Amino acid sequence: MSKVAIRPESFDTQLRKRRRWQRMLLRDENLAWDIRRVGVDLPSSVFTGLTGGATLMIVGILAFILANILWNGWSGLSWRFVVAGTTEDMFDVNKAGVFPMIFGTAARVILMTLFVIPVGVITAVYLTEYASPTSPVTRIIRGAVNNLAGVPSIVFGLFGLGFFISFVGGHLDRLFLPGTAEPVWGKPALVWASMTLAVMTLPVVIVATEESLRAILPGLREASLALGATKLQTVVKVVLPQALPGILTGGILAVSRAAGEVAPILFTGAAYYMAHLPQSLTDQFMDLGYHVYVLSTQSPNIELTRPILYATVVVLLGLTFALNVAAIVIRSRVRQRLRAMH
Amino acid sequence: MPAPMDPLVKLDSRITVGSTEDHASHAPLIEVKDLSLWYGTANALDHITVLIRERVVTAFIGPSGCGKSTFLRCLNRMNDLIDHVRIAGSVHIASQDIYSHEVDVIELRKRIGMVFQKSNPFPKSIYDNIAYGLRIQGVRDRAALDEAVEKSLRDAALWEEVKDRLHSSAMGLSGGQQQRLCIARAIAIRPEIILMDEPASALDPLATARIEDLILELKKEFTIVIVTHNMQQAARISDFTAFFYLGKLVEYDTTARMFTNPARKQTEDYITGRFG
Ligand SMILES: Nc1ncnc2c1ncn2[C@@H]1O[C@H](COP(=O)(O)OP(=O)(O)O)[C@@H](O)[C@H]1O
Ligand SMILES: [Mg+2]
Repeated sequence: MSKVAIRPESFDTQLRKRRRWQRMLLRDENLAWDIRRVGVDLPSSVFTGLTGGATLMIVGILAFILANILWNGWSGLSWRFVVAGTTEDMFDVNKAGVFPMIFGTAARVILMTLFVIPVGVITAVYLTEYASPTSPVTRIIRGAVNNLAGVPSIVFGLFGLGFFISFVGGHLDRLFLPGTAEPVWGKPALVWASMTLAVMTLPVVIVATEESLRAILPGLREASLALGATKLQTVVKVVLPQALPGILTGGILAVSRAAGEVAPILFTGAAYYMAHLPQSLTDQFMDLGYHVYVLSTQSPNIELTRPILYATVVVLLGLTFALNVAAIVIRSRVRQRLRAMH
Repeated sequence: MPAPMDPLVKLDSRITVGSTEDHASHAPLIEVKDLSLWYGTANALDHITVLIRERVVTAFIGPSGCGKSTFLRCLNRMNDLIDHVRIAGSVHIASQDIYSHEVDVIELRKRIGMVFQKSNPFPKSIYDNIAYGLRIQGVRDRAALDEAVEKSLRDAALWEEVKDRLHSSAMGLSGGQQQRLCIARAIAIRPEIILMDEPASALDPLATARIEDLILELKKEFTIVIVTHNMQQAARISDFTAFFYLGKLVEYDTTARMFTNPARKQTEDYITGRFG
C-alpha cells in the first residue's frame, strides 16, 4: 500500500480518539471504559520507547567502551606482547609482555573451576537429594548460600587471607614443616587465590546445579531405586548425567565472574612482579586484572605505558572470552551427547 | 514384632485369603496383615489383610484415590522415600518380615520389580536401560550382559522390534514399546515378584492388549501384582482380584467369583459400573 493510503486512515484514527476523549468527558458511564482503552494504548508505546531506548543505550555504552579500548590498545598489541615475559621492563611498550599474566590468570581460573565444581555439586546434591527440604540445617545452608552471593568481593579477599593463608596455611606449615623460617603454605599462593575465588563463585554453581537437579523427572529416580540401586548409585548414574549441562552452566557463570575479579586475589596470591612463572601451587602469580591496576598506578612513564595498559585490557577481555567459549563448547558437546539419548 | 502369619490359618476367608481350592498349587507368597498407612495425618490404608499367592496374577481394583498405588508401594518399600509416611501392621514376603530392621531394602527391591504407571525409561540406550539393574549389581561381563538383555527383551516381547537398534535411545520408542522396555528392565534382574501400577493406563488398546498378553506369559515365572482401575482388564488377566475402596479392602477372591458372584454389595455395584 502506498503512503497516501495510510495518511487519511491515521487522521481518521486521531479523529476518533479525539471524539472518544470528548465523549469521555461528557458521559460518565463510559468513563471507566474509555480510560481503560486509552490506558492500554498510551503506556504500551511509552514502555516500548523506554525499554528500546535503554537497550540502545546499553549497546551504545558497550560499543563505546570496546571501541575505546581497541582503539587505544591496538598500537600496543603484538605477537611479541602476548608471548613475551616481563624481564626487560614491564612499563615499556617496546619491551614488556604479558605472557606470565595470561598464564597466571588462566591458571587461577582453571584451578578455581576444579575446586568449585565438585564442592558446589556435592552441596547441591545434598540439598536436593538427601536433605529434607524443611529441616533447619537445609534452611541454614540455603540462607548461607544466598548471603554468600551478596558479599562484596574484597571481603572474600580478606576471608581468604584470614582463613586459607593464616589459618589453613599457617597450620600446614606448623604441622608438616616445623622449624622452617620461610612459610611455604602460610603465604599468598596460586592455590589460595583459586580457593578464595571458588568460595566466591560457590553460590552460582550450587544454584545452577540445584535447578537442573530439580528439573529431572522424579520417575527416573524411582525407576532406579525400584531396581535395587542405592541412592548414591541413582545420583551418580541417573541424576548427575542428566544434570551435567546445568552444572556446566554454573561453571560458565563462575568462570565469567571470576576471570575479571581482582579484589579476592589481591591479598591471596597475585604478585606485583615475578621474574618467572609460578612453579608450584604455593607460588604467587602475576594476573592480568591486577597488572592493569599496576600499570595504571605505578608507571614511571605514562606515555610509554598507556598503549600496553590498553593492550593488557584487550588481552584480559580476550582471555575471559576464550575461557567462556571453551566452557560453552564443552557444554554443547555434553548436550549433544545427552540429546542423542532423549 | 508380629509373629509371621501361618498361611494355613484361614482368616476371614472370602475377604482376605481368597478361595483356595482352585489354586492349591500356588503357595502364599506375600502375607499382608493389618497394614495401615498414613500420609501425615491422612489415613490412606486401613487395616489391610491379604494373602497373595505365587505365580498368579493378583489384581487390585478400585476407584482412583482409594489407595491402590499406596498399597503396591508398601510391598517394595517405595513409600520409605516419602517424608511423613507412617506404617503399621506387617508385610511378610516368603515368610520374611520386610519391615523388620534386619531387612536390607536394597536387596528387597532386587527381589521385587516394579513397573510404573507412567513409563520411565532412562534417557540412555535400550541396551543400557536393560543392563542397568545388572550393572549396579556389579555385573561387568559383556557376554553375560548381552545374554541378559536379549533374554529380557524376548521375555518382554520386544526383541524383534528393537534388536537392530539396541544402542539407540530408549526415548525413541513408542509409548507401548517404552512400557514393555520398562517391563524388560524390571525382569532383567530376575525378581520373584513384579509389581505393576496401572501399566497400560496411558496406552492405546492395541498396546494395552500386548501388555496384557505379556502379563499372562510372565506369570508362568513371576508373581504379578497389578493395580488397575480397568475392571475388564482385571477380569481378562488376573487370577485373583481385590477390591479397594477408601483405603479399605472390601473384597478379595478369585477373579472368576468376584466378577460373577461377589459377596459384597459394594463390590457388585462397582463391578457393574454403578459407581467409581
Ligand atoms: N505422597 C503422598 N502424600 C500425601 N498423600 C498421598 C501421597 N500419595 C497418595 N496420597 C493420597 O493417598 C490416597 C491414596 O492414593 P493412591 O494410593 O495414589 O490411590 P490410587 O492409586 O488408588 O489412585 C489419595 O487420597 C492420595 O491423595
Ligand atoms: Mg494410582
